[in-house]
Amino acid sequence: MSALKILRYVAWAAVIALLGAMGYVGYQQYVAPEGEGLISPVASIGGPFTMTDASTGKIVTDADFRGKPAAYFFGFTFCPDVCPTTLAETQMWIEQLGPDADKMNFAFVSVDPERDTPEVMRDYVAAFDKRIRPLTGTPEQAEQMIKAYRVYARRVPLDDGDYTMDHSAAVFLMDKDNRFVGTIAYDEAPENAMAKLRRLIDNAS
Amino acid sequence: MTYFSKLALAALLATATLPVATLSALAQDVTVGALTLSGAWTRATPPQARAGGGFLTITNSGEADRLVAAVSPVSNRTEIHEMAVVDGVMKMREMADGVEVPAGGTLELKPGSYHVMFMDIVEPLKEGETVTATLTFEKAGDVEVAFTVEKMGAKGMSGHGMPGHGKQGIKE
Repeated sequence: MSALKILRYVAWAAVIALLGAMGYVGYQQYVAPEGEGLISPVASIGGPFTMTDASTGKIVTDADFRGKPAAYFFGFTFCPDVCPTTLAETQMWIEQLGPDADKMNFAFVSVDPERDTPEVMRDYVAAFDKRIRPLTGTPEQAEQMIKAYRVYARRVPLDDGDYTMDHSAAVFLMDKDNRFVGTIAYDEAPENAMAKLRRLIDNAS
Repeated sequence: MTYFSKLALAALLATATLPVATLSALAQDVTVGALTLSGAWTRATPPQARAGGGFLTITNSGEADRLVAAVSPVSNRTEIHEMAVVDGVMKMREMADGVEVPAGGTLELKPGSYHVMFMDIVEPLKEGETVTATLTFEKAGDVEVAFTVEKMGAKGMSGHGMPGHGKQGIKE
C-alpha cells in the first residue's frame, strides 16, 4: 500500500480515537458527574466488619451495632497522647449524655492488632468507660475494617524494633443503619461534639 | 513568753514549713545553665499502656541550646518525640537530633506537639505521684526534673498555676 494511504488510515484512526476520548470525557463530566471533587462518594465509608469485643471476648459484627447510631475511634494503646485524650473526651461525652448515652454505641477500634490483644484492649479501655467497646481482631479483620471505614493507618518504625502508627485522629459517626454521617475532629470543641452526638441520637428516634 | 507558748510557737512554725517542704518534692522550677524548666507533668497511664508522654516548658535566657536526650527509671527507653495531627491524621516521630531551645526563647513540650516519650514503662504511672527524668541538653548538660502525674487523658496541669509559687501541685 502507498505511503500516502497508510498516512490517511493512521490519521483517521487518530481522529476516531480523539472523538472517542472526547465522548468519554464528556460523558464523565456532564452525564455522570462524580461527587463534585470528592475522591470517592461518602456512601462508601463504613460497611461490614468482624472483630472481637475485648470486654466480652466474643465476636461482634456490624450487625450487632445496627439499630443505634455509633461513634468509632480508631487508635492503638501504644499512643501516649491522641488516644488517651480522645478516650477521656469520649468518657466525658458519655457522662454528659446521661441516660441518652445508652441510645448510642461507642467503640475504640485498634489499628494495631499485633500489640493490642483482647486482654490489652479490655483493661486499657475499661479505665475510661465500660460503655466504650474495645474492638480488636486478627490482622486481617482489622485490615478489613480499616479499609471499609477509609481509616488512615500506617506503621512507622521507631528505633529498636518498636513502631508507632500514624492514624486518622477523628471520631467517625455512623447512623443507626451504619451509614457514615460525619466526624468529630480531634480537639473539636466539646459543645460542638455534644451537639453532633445529640443530633445523631435525635435523628435515630 | 512562757516556755509553753514558745514551744507552741516553735511547733506552729515547724508545721507551717511543712507545706513548703512538701512542695519542693513536687514539680517545680529547676534551673540548669541558662535554662529554666517548669510545669513538668505527665498523665496517669491506663492499665496495659506501654507508653506515656511527659510535658514541660523550657525557658532560655542565654544562647541557643538543644534538648537531645532523656532517661527515666520509669521507662526502659525514653526519647523525645514530636506529635502532630495533620489533615486529621496523627503522626508521631522521634526527634533523633533533639529539639532546639531558641536563644532568649521558650520551648514547650505540650500535648499535640513535642513530648518526652516514656517507652516500655516498667509500671503504670499513677495520678498524684511524681515521675523523675534526667534531661540532657547539648550545652547546659544534664538536669533532673520531677513530672507530676495528672489524671488519665488530662489536657494540662491541674490548677493552672505556675509551679513552685505555692499554688501548683497540691493534689486534691
